[in-house]
Amino acid sequence: MVASTAINDPNQAAAVGARNVLEVENLSIRYGGTTALEGVSLAVREHEIFGIIGPAGSGKTSFLKALNRMDTFTTSMQVGGAIRFMGREVKAWRNVYALRSHVGVVFPLPVGLPLTVYDNVALAPRLSGIKKKADLDVIVERCLRRAALWDEVKDRLDSLGSLLSGGQQQRLTIARALSQDPHLLMLDEFSIAVDPVTTMRIEDVLKELRKEITIILVTNLVQQARRLADRTAFFLNGECVEIGQTEALFTGNVQDQRTRDYIEGRFG
Amino acid sequence: MFTATQLNQRNDAVQQRYRVLFLVMTVLLIVPVLTILVLLIIRGGPMISLEFLFEFPREGMTAGGIFPALLGTIFLVSVALVASVPLGVAAAIYLSEYAGDNWLTRVINLAIINLAGVPSIVHALFGVGAFVLFFGFGTSILSASLTLAIMTLPVVIVATKESLQAVPYAFREACWSLGATRWQTIRRIVLPNAISGILTGIILEVSRTAGETAPIMFTGAAFFLPFLPESVFDQTMAMSLHLYVISTQVPNVPDALPYGVALLLIGIVLFMNALSIAFRIYLRGKKKW
Repeated sequence: MVASTAINDPNQAAAVGARNVLEVENLSIRYGGTTALEGVSLAVREHEIFGIIGPAGSGKTSFLKALNRMDTFTTSMQVGGAIRFMGREVKAWRNVYALRSHVGVVFPLPVGLPLTVYDNVALAPRLSGIKKKADLDVIVERCLRRAALWDEVKDRLDSLGSLLSGGQQQRLTIARALSQDPHLLMLDEFSIAVDPVTTMRIEDVLKELRKEITIILVTNLVQQARRLADRTAFFLNGECVEIGQTEALFTGNVQDQRTRDYIEGRFG
Repeated sequence: MFTATQLNQRNDAVQQRYRVLFLVMTVLLIVPVLTILVLLIIRGGPMISLEFLFEFPREGMTAGGIFPALLGTIFLVSVALVASVPLGVAAAIYLSEYAGDNWLTRVINLAIINLAGVPSIVHALFGVGAFVLFFGFGTSILSASLTLAIMTLPVVIVATKESLQAVPYAFREACWSLGATRWQTIRRIVLPNAISGILTGIILEVSRTAGETAPIMFTGAAFFLPFLPESVFDQTMAMSLHLYVISTQVPNVPDALPYGVALLLIGIVLFMNALSIAFRIYLRGKKKW
């Protein structure tokens, strides 16, 4: 935790040159007439794990969708405010597909695409034009290793991804999300369908990954945020109630009583 | 303590009666199908031979084979498929994958449903007006096939759309989040997993096309031709029309002949249906989720 405290402290972070990967200003998300998120402003720093906690319906998933412009695929989803990724407003990215290839996403339920293990990981590199088998082999092995899945699947790369166990499939989706070397990895309640042991393995994977990339971790397990996140935001009913150092929030050092209540499990 | 009450017994008796009722209805359903098949096989079965399949009709269509009609039906179905499958599949992909839910798509969907409800004789008259006269294709294989194609488009569109929508939405989302475009997602993930349903729809279209008479009567099918068509602009004989002609229009046709033609026609249709079922079972075995 020594390294992370260095980055946790805003002043020291500036000193070591940590910059913001993501800056969100006054973000609002509406679906038709209903508001999913209102007035959210926050910044995510390079190489941190940024946790987002909050009960169901608090706007966490909508927040992630807005970040990689999935609103273009969701009719009636309107996004207001500013989102800057790598210093550029996401709405100004000429090509949303290029933006998405810089942002990896892991969904709550493992979605093994109906392809082989190999093809699942090689899909995105292939889409971006890599054709040589040797190059793909390197990418597939590296991503599966980073997701701590290589040893379990190296002999069955040609079997279907959907035949793996739930926990393996979720690590497969992580490997897939890493296949384009994203700057940002977003995980949406990844442990919802995964057993505790696999959850711990994935958490170890994330701790390793944070050395190289930035991670946004949406979770409904407050203790998971405590274990992993450097800073944590608490969302409630479409509002970002509080953002703070995770350790501070969990030791009762909160600005808003609702945050304390949620963390201590007094409502939810 | 656990004895059945009077009410329990009565409920059970009632449900037994309903079970028998539904069973009888179901069995009744099979009767006409079996009757038709058995009758055709008994009366028409002896007609089926290599000569019957591969010879021209002789003696004013009262003897000989039905080769030109058989070949004509194959031509008509093939050209109709070439016209309707690309159009229908493309329209279904657009409606399922690209179009949002707005008044335009609702109107289009309504139009497709209504197209399916138009009687085939109306399609026939439309074919005469549009293809035979307006486009000047004359009474030809092309006109008849295009008429058939329009008539069966809804089958292709609906089957394709349903099989596309059976592919889980999560697959699309996962693929999009990797930076894939809509088309890349469709080509790599959605279409390969919807193909069995699409092919089933196409085969059903084939069997429907092969059996229709009205749409081709005025647009390209001929009463009798002593030669085979040489291009899509020629007329052709067709099995369905041939059956109608020898059953009602030609005197002194031996009884067995129409039965033979009918057996062959129904045989082709049933064969196509069986093929579609077998294909579906085969592809379902390969389904990947």
